[in-house]
Amino acid sequence: MKIKSFLRTALLVSTAIIAVSSNAADKIKIATEGAWAPFNFIDQSGNLKGFDVDIANALCEKMDSPCELVKQDWDGMIPALMVRKFDAIISSMSITEDRLKKVDFTDKYYSGGLRFMGSKSNKLDISKQSLKGKVIGAQRATIAGLHLENNYSDIAQVKLYDTQEAVYLDLVSGRLDVALSDELPTYDWLKGKDGASFEFKGDSFAKNDIIGIAVRKNDPVKQKLNAALAAIIADGTYADINAKYFPFSIY
Amino acid sequence: MVLADFADQLLAGTWMTVQLAVTSLFFGTILGLLGAGARLSSLLPLRLIGGFYTTVIRGIPELLVVLMIYFGASVVLMGVASQFGYDEYIEINPFTAGVIALSLTFGGYATEVFRGAFQAIPEGQRESAQSLGMTSSRTLHKVILPQVWRYALPGLGNLFLILLKDTALVSVIGLEDLMRKTTAAVGFTREPFTFYLAAAFIYLGLTVISMVAIHSMERKSNRGLEVA
Amino acid sequence: MDWDIIIEYAPRLLDGAWLTFKLILLSGTIGALLAVPLAFGRISESYWVRSIPYAYIFFFRGTPLLVQIFLVYYGLAQFEFVRDSALWPWLRQPWWCAIITFSLHTAAYIAEILRGALQNIPKGEVEACLTLGMSRLTMYRKVLLPRAFGMMIPAYGNEVILMLKGSALASTITLLDLTGMARTIIARTYTPVEIFFAAGVFYLAISMLIMLLFSWFERRYNAHQRPVM
Repeated sequence: MKIKSFLRTALLVSTAIIAVSSNAADKIKIATEGAWAPFNFIDQSGNLKGFDVDIANALCEKMDSPCELVKQDWDGMIPALMVRKFDAIISSMSITEDRLKKVDFTDKYYSGGLRFMGSKSNKLDISKQSLKGKVIGAQRATIAGLHLENNYSDIAQVKLYDTQEAVYLDLVSGRLDVALSDELPTYDWLKGKDGASFEFKGDSFAKNDIIGIAVRKNDPVKQKLNAALAAIIADGTYADINAKYFPFSIY
Repeated sequence: MVLADFADQLLAGTWMTVQLAVTSLFFGTILGLLGAGARLSSLLPLRLIGGFYTTVIRGIPELLVVLMIYFGASVVLMGVASQFGYDEYIEINPFTAGVIALSLTFGGYATEVFRGAFQAIPEGQRESAQSLGMTSSRTLHKVILPQVWRYALPGLGNLFLILLKDTALVSVIGLEDLMRKTTAAVGFTREPFTFYLAAAFIYLGLTVISMVAIHSMERKSNRGLEVA
Repeated sequence: MDWDIIIEYAPRLLDGAWLTFKLILLSGTIGALLAVPLAFGRISESYWVRSIPYAYIFFFRGTPLLVQIFLVYYGLAQFEFVRDSALWPWLRQPWWCAIITFSLHTAAYIAEILRGALQNIPKGEVEACLTLGMSRLTMYRKVLLPRAFGMMIPAYGNEVILMLKGSALASTITLLDLTGMARTIIARTYTPVEIFFAAGVFYLAISMLIMLLFSWFERRYNAHQRPVM
């Protein structure tokens, strides 16, 4: 049919213009957020850095395949993976049941837990009663955010932010009474200049928080990543990277 | 001075903002002309499509359009492409998504500007051109379009100034434009006021430059006219 | 397209739409009130009086709304004296930051519309008032302002719709307006196409509502200009 073939040509031309797709070259595209220090962040000259980035690079070296690291905002991570914008997410993503409905995960590459943080001058405990009416913040689309939505939205004012950076900004400005986040990045932030007047509140919980690499369902890249992961743990590369960021094992 | 440390980054972001605005202006103008053609067409379906397009664009937030294109367009495009037997992944990067979203927005408003401009040209001119024996395509090229340009320019200039500011929204989907670079700098320095104010003044500078350019284009397009 | 998801989350989107509606209603009103002194300053004969609203309008019309809202929300909080001031209880809430930003922003646009209307009132009407011996205040209050309001209704309606579109930026400072609600739902369901589509329909409905409201308002307010037959 003439019209159909015309449309087909037009379509191919337009895809040629907009497609910068590189699937053909067997290159693995890995996404990270770049706003979750010390796991992934952007340094002053605009480069991606952090634990996740180091792990990604080590894995690529082991797999012996060219990789490309791309930045992706957190709340678009899973939709973008599903539409094949990239092939894997190495961005401190917890393995949850909700996410497993949409995507697959590799074996864990570290584990963590959730923990509240707040100002040192603010002497409140984090029981549900004392958080009543308080303003609590977390990043949108994280397990911390979902935890707040599920458990606190009836008694406290829950605020969800686009980035963790924005959560810290509002913690410092005093808009937030407490914030909930993963324990490890908080640990790092509390050591810094801004975090100096803040502290952990209460113990960590949800310690079964397992961090894995998200991939599309049934994508063979999962096996390759698992093999590479086992290899860098076995040969000590993992321990070296771990030591760069934390004085204790986070595996 | 902290600002100076980030001058390179802000400059790179500004350049990206300019590229995004100019590319969207190009495609948006084409869309606007097509839209006006549809709105003024003698075919009812075309008129309906044109009307639907401008209504939707004028009623939906630009931010939502940007988000929709970025998250939705790949899915839709790939769905359409697979109908034609093309099953590869179609990439829509933030820049492309930004250009599509901003062109659509610009085009929706430009449709109305062009429509007004076409209608501002007295019918008598078309008639006299034709009575001189000009074909209708020649009439369009030599008589109508040059004047449409003149009538549409002030409106298009305004729309470009709006477009320039709307580019900031594309930072939300990760394009490294001025806004995004500013936010990154805020993350390092924790000085949001300093940096957002600096960004505001850079945008103001771009606005002033654009206004000067639009002004001189208007003067050029009006030469030969007797202006009281 | 998964319609069940849309139906399941429609009530929450409606909550978001309600917040959006309240945002534009309040900031549209405050903005209109702010616009009156701005517009009068703008047409003043004194250069100095003129230049202040000019600079204000130039700043708010020449910079992105996103920059403005971040300046108010994150920017002001940078300063200790702001955080210690009596205004902080308001400024710490994203709702008031959004209202402040949107009001200041839309005021700049409405002021220009009002100025245009004031300057388009035929000179004869001013002269007629003065001949009748009206004071300037009475003239503005009884004749010119009502006349200008009548002339600016369509343009003001457009501005309110632009404000509706701009209000989506409230989602960037944690407010759960229509867009914010949509993004939060997607964070849970990972269905951007469906939820954004639904949010778009809600926005269209609100803008239609505003258009209808203003055309009704214009017919009533400008009833005297209708042809008799």
